[in-house]
Amino acid sequence: MSNLPPPPAFKARGKSRAARIAQLIPMVVLLPTIITTGLYIFVFVGWNIYLSVSTSTLLPVYDYAGFDAYERLWRNPRWTTGVWNLAFFGVLYIVLSTVVGVFLAILMDQKVKAENLLRSIFLYPIAISFVVTGTTWQWILNPSTGLEAFVRNLGWDEFTFTLITNRETAMYAVVIAAVWHASGFVMVMVLAALRGVDHDMVKAGQIDGAGMMKIYRRIILPSIWPVMISVLIILLQFAIKTFDLVLALTHGGPGISTTFPAMFVYDRLFAAGQLSQGAAAAVWMLIGLVIVFLPVMALAWVVRRQRGGAA
Amino acid sequence: MSVAENIPDLDRKRPIGAKKLAGRIALYTTLIILALFVLMPLAVIVLNSLRVNEDILRESFIGWPTRITFENWGVAWSEACINAACTGVRPYFWASILMVVPATLISTAIGLINGFALTKWKMPFAGVVFVCITIGVFLPPQVVLLPWAITLSALGLSQSLAGLALVHIIQGTCFTTLFCRNYLINLPDDLIKAARIDGAGFFRTFWKIVVPLSPPIIIVTIIWQFTFIWNEFLYAVTFASSDFRPITAALMSLNADDTGVSEYGFGSAAVLIAAIPPLVIYFLGGRYFVRGLTQGAVK
Repeated sequence: MSNLPPPPAFKARGKSRAARIAQLIPMVVLLPTIITTGLYIFVFVGWNIYLSVSTSTLLPVYDYAGFDAYERLWRNPRWTTGVWNLAFFGVLYIVLSTVVGVFLAILMDQKVKAENLLRSIFLYPIAISFVVTGTTWQWILNPSTGLEAFVRNLGWDEFTFTLITNRETAMYAVVIAAVWHASGFVMVMVLAALRGVDHDMVKAGQIDGAGMMKIYRRIILPSIWPVMISVLIILLQFAIKTFDLVLALTHGGPGISTTFPAMFVYDRLFAAGQLSQGAAAAVWMLIGLVIVFLPVMALAWVVRRQRGGAA
Repeated sequence: MSVAENIPDLDRKRPIGAKKLAGRIALYTTLIILALFVLMPLAVIVLNSLRVNEDILRESFIGWPTRITFENWGVAWSEACINAACTGVRPYFWASILMVVPATLISTAIGLINGFALTKWKMPFAGVVFVCITIGVFLPPQVVLLPWAITLSALGLSQSLAGLALVHIIQGTCFTTLFCRNYLINLPDDLIKAARIDGAGFFRTFWKIVVPLSPPIIIVTIIWQFTFIWNEFLYAVTFASSDFRPITAALMSLNADDTGVSEYGFGSAAVLIAAIPPLVIYFLGGRYFVRGLTQGAVK
């Protein structure tokens, strides 16, 4: 007892039995969460990895099969197309959402009247599910019911708008719906950060005679990097999890032109009855997430350290 | 929300010139055009839910209701056929409510008390727990889908709302704990210390000090959990039974049910019924919604 380190702030003063029991309470409270979270982060992920190297097809079997499922995966065009689509979509989605969001935030930062109303309008898509978003945009973009039919009815008979039914361009339809969904979110995050920018730095820039554009580019935007990293992380994981939006919007089509890794996993697990391959694909999704997250996390760490050093 | 006027009034000293006026006009024009674009899909489905289906088929999905009808809403609610069951979206709407409300409340309550334990009490491995919880937030659901399915069926909870709610509570707890932790960490330690000196234990301090100071984060967390779980699709379609599944999953079946005849009128109404609960919460709690975004996510 006497060898204990100096008592931390909340250590009970009298080390009575009751006090020691009382100290355990927070741990007991956290225990269920620790168990369930540990279970599903470590045990479930491990279990999934194990199934991915098993001989499971329709039902889970625990015979070791090696990395057969992983090899077959990369020979499956549905999977490789999905991975390629995700990369293409991910870049466009993140870049466009960020550009539109930052642009909107800068506009909203110009002492706009009815700011709350406009913000509510720009942000509402984030409250709407991907299923609803996908279904609605599918109706709007579908040539036989949506925009094309609408313009033709106005008398413009030759008008064609087949973005969503064309193999080459269907992915842009997914991008449009996804950017519609996310850019208001980016705007709100950036706007909040803009409001926190150091007043004096902006004034200093003005005194030096910098124009508004230059002040944004040189002073304001560089100082909101931490928020941009949060935005990037959230958009990245939205992108990797893309599933219901595409299912409702294009169902992966035409053909497999808008198929995604998450769709492949679901299809293998619950439709095709190839559990080990679905599990292997899911493991790849996790690896992909880690691979794209690591540089972002490193960047976040560097930025935080720099800021900490400056303060 | 303290939207302090931090951005200086850059042009205050200059008189309003023609150039500035042109700038303001361009600004508002751009904002209004973009706002209309963002509102367009919602406006289109609201209008369609009031149109007669023949009109939609004849004129296109985008259009003004020439004959206004409220029939679509009734059909979508209680008559439309989904997966050969002609019950409308009503049972699925209630299934969503039945699953989302307990999952939201339970995960929020656990998250709040967890956040308190993590921030205001000396804990061994608090850092490790925090990291694990963060991983739990970001883990792609696909990677735990199969183990969940096997576990739920072993528990006798497969194809049930209870199983689905359990998954959402366990996974949601990571999110709510993170949210509440980020809020409670800013609560002054002195308050807790004072309570301790007065002899209050863990639960008493939680109930008398923390809970009364937490309505902002409780509201934020409830709004976010509700919206997230209501809108969630992958787990809903995997773990619930097909005749009593949440509305997002049912909607996908309605959408995918290509029977040849397209019923856009009540389809639009069904889509709106699925979108209304989160939208109502969003517009009622908009302030908190934004706060959740900007506070919870930044930390």
